[in-house]
Amino acid sequence: MKKLLLVLTIAFSASVMYAGGYRVGVQGHKQLAMGHTGVAVVTSAESAFFNPAGLVYLDGKLNVSLGAAAVLSNTSYQNREFGYKSEADNPVGTPFYAYGAYKINDWLSAGLAVYTPYGSRVEWPTDWEGSHLVNNIELSAIFIQPTIAIKISEKLSVGGGPIYVSGAVNFNRNLSRSLTDETGARSNVTIDASGINAWGYTVGAMFRPTEDFNIGFNYRSKIDMNVERGDGTADFENLPAALAPGFPDGDFTASLPLPAELTLGASFKPSEKWLVAFDYTRTFWDAYESLDVQFFNSAGLSRNPRNYKNSSIYKIGAQYEATQKVTVRAGFYFDESPIRDGFFAPETPRPDSVNFTAGFSYNLNSKWAIDASVLYVHSNEIQNSYDYFREAGQPLTFGGEYKSNALVAGIGVSYKL
Amino acid sequence: MKNNIKYLAILALGLFACEPEFDNPIDESGEYTSGSADFSTYVAVGNSLTAGFMDGTVFRSGQQNSFPNIMAEKFAFAGGGTFTQPSYDDDVNDSGGFLLSGNPLPGFGTRLVIDASQGGPEPLNVSPTMELSSLQATAYNNMGVPGAKSFHLGAPGYGNIANLSVGAANPYFVRHATSPNITVIEDAVSLNPTFFSLWIGNNDILSYATSGGAGTDQTGNPNVLSYGFNDITDPSVFAFTYSALVDALTANGAKGVVATLPDVTSIPYFTTVPYNPIPMDAPTAAFANGAYAQYNGGLQLAAANGLITASEVAQRTIQFSAGQNAVVIVDEDLTPLAGLGLPNYRMATVNDLLVLPSSGIIGTLADPSNPASINGVGVPLADNWVLTATEIQSVRNARTAYNNAILAIAADKDLAVADMATTLEVLVSGLRTADGQIYTNNYFDGSSDAISTTVFSLDGVHPNSRGYAIVADSFIKAINAKYGSDVPGVTAGYYPGVTVVPTN
Repeated sequence: MKKLLLVLTIAFSASVMYAGGYRVGVQGHKQLAMGHTGVAVVTSAESAFFNPAGLVYLDGKLNVSLGAAAVLSNTSYQNREFGYKSEADNPVGTPFYAYGAYKINDWLSAGLAVYTPYGSRVEWPTDWEGSHLVNNIELSAIFIQPTIAIKISEKLSVGGGPIYVSGAVNFNRNLSRSLTDETGARSNVTIDASGINAWGYTVGAMFRPTEDFNIGFNYRSKIDMNVERGDGTADFENLPAALAPGFPDGDFTASLPLPAELTLGASFKPSEKWLVAFDYTRTFWDAYESLDVQFFNSAGLSRNPRNYKNSSIYKIGAQYEATQKVTVRAGFYFDESPIRDGFFAPETPRPDSVNFTAGFSYNLNSKWAIDASVLYVHSNEIQNSYDYFREAGQPLTFGGEYKSNALVAGIGVSYKL
Repeated sequence: MKNNIKYLAILALGLFACEPEFDNPIDESGEYTSGSADFSTYVAVGNSLTAGFMDGTVFRSGQQNSFPNIMAEKFAFAGGGTFTQPSYDDDVNDSGGFLLSGNPLPGFGTRLVIDASQGGPEPLNVSPTMELSSLQATAYNNMGVPGAKSFHLGAPGYGNIANLSVGAANPYFVRHATSPNITVIEDAVSLNPTFFSLWIGNNDILSYATSGGAGTDQTGNPNVLSYGFNDITDPSVFAFTYSALVDALTANGAKGVVATLPDVTSIPYFTTVPYNPIPMDAPTAAFANGAYAQYNGGLQLAAANGLITASEVAQRTIQFSAGQNAVVIVDEDLTPLAGLGLPNYRMATVNDLLVLPSSGIIGTLADPSNPASINGVGVPLADNWVLTATEIQSVRNARTAYNNAILAIAADKDLAVADMATTLEVLVSGLRTADGQIYTNNYFDGSSDAISTTVFSLDGVHPNSRGYAIVADSFIKAINAKYGSDVPGVTAGYYPGVTVVPTN
């Protein structure tokens, strides 16, 4: 395993390295421990997220999985040419999930999934060199997905459901690179909105040609989170008295896409105790063209081109039933950044990453199990910049070297009746 | 496999325990080099430009952005030590004005700000708090003394409070001179600098220029004691003085950087007010011409009598027309025709420079009861509002001689040269910094863009904090090139510009 880590790190450092956007892939400890594979895996109610079609193949009448995790992430920035150095000490993120599936009859299952696939918490030191782009940001979105799955035959099933999203955003940045009030405190704006609602859907299919081999497909639609007038507040602080009348607090409008995701994968059982899974996920990040925030005062329209590109995640994972009580899992995935050169904005400082996962389940009895997983996200040092901040009509560049890592650790329970 | 997973988990936790570390963290010692220079004790010697003077004075928050202070922050990456500046702790309201025995000191008022309700620059309307007679008696790393000419740096008594009343002392140096008769250069050298910057000589020509050439060009007169405040210093005096200053600073082997002197045409004090700022329609022009018919006729008479050439007649003839019109000025360099009762008037040309304060005079009535007494039309602008082409030439001649001396002395002593003359010339057409912003030498025009991009302060002569950041960056580039150091650069965009207040 150690050898593999070394080889992969070297191999990937040769290519340009970016990844992830504001996607947080922690949607179930069993599947996360297997490199976040799962579109072709039927193990637990986690399938409600990974592939609803799989729910009909679950053992038992009722399956429930609950869990939460702590995301500890850090990003360092430095610019050698000007001697700048900053570290984003990000607050702990806490993604969670709750899945339930009930077998109504032999060919129909119903379920409910609640999960948090998108989010971001980045907190740079206030007034750092990139503070005109971001001081801190917190994005969160809760997905609630009623689900049904239909068994067409012993070899083929389909599933899906609508998704209701409730999102929130809080984002602070300085108004410019130099503006301050009379005491030298930097002029800044905080936008805050919560309870932003939107709808989407998920569909999946599963094909089981043999008992030991599964193929899965899942698509989750794009969901646009639109902040309308009156949904949120824009709070302007520390303007000099001469300019303050032009910048009253008020509301704002903005739109942030949660991009569509398509996953294809396969799993097979080389022996009774082993399960190996491969997933390929394509995320349609090209929906994220620009983060435009419209204010209704002198600040006007803040245009922040993002121009993301579609990206892929390559995942592999395995599980091994070590004993009757203990199942251990491990996995790896490579997560491509959707960020193009010159669009690397420090509010989403996520380059390509290599991700190592591990975890286990401990069966307390025939009904209850404890699931745990850890994920280590490693990114190589990158040199990049954001070149589209405009000051007095000129596009300005802000760049340097970034290095990120993250550790996710979480625990959950599964119940099977 | 179980063991491997345990190992992987431990490995992951171990990797995470530390912040993401760069391969070459810039805060690791040895990451930056000082090359063949030694920045451990940096002393800056000069005038207002070194002191951090802006908006007409030195004030507490502005001084923090003096170019040597900015440079010292960057030197710290490459072995630079502490850098001290004269104390402005007593500038309680950050206004920069001086008191002498409790009364405001004339000519040393508060800093200029834009009064949004009036739309123009005004001295900040607060009472100064800095009492000149509370002496600091300390040699500081920043030995920039606003107003100093080259020879003042070696003048005993320049910091003696007793000399203030006779105009032989400088209040800024009075505040921190270590003893009444010490010289600026002696206090500077007392710190045993390992590295120095020297930017001096601007005032040797600038006070002549800003006074609209009201002083005398003393070229050829080495007796500085006979000089008036607005005179041009003799270039040989300058060269001699400069050489002595550099000798003193390099006596213990210190390395350093010197700077050239910019041209007046790269300073908004001389470039903001156009020579032809007066719009007229045809009837107004005809009316204004009427007032000069007699003068124009007199010029023809003078020419007929051989007193002036035909070209001088053309130069002096006052003729307004519909459109933008040049102002009428008094030019002492014209042939005197007082015998014919004719004054030295002519219309300004593109080769004359109107000084910034003339914008407050032009178009106003010299006599409020007389609508024909418009300054610049019916009433010609006096010598002090205009730097004429002839006067500009005097300034240029001196500047060229000074810069030649600076370059020769720097070459002789193997010093770095920050070519500020060129940097400011680039600013005329637009200086593009590494981040992509383009800065010009334009005076603040009240636009929101100008809040982010103006680099000259409201006095029109000195940079603001943002401008000093550009200056510091230019110095650092020159130092790195000369000494093989890699001191980090400066981003001007992070530094403040103009101060705007709602009312004053």
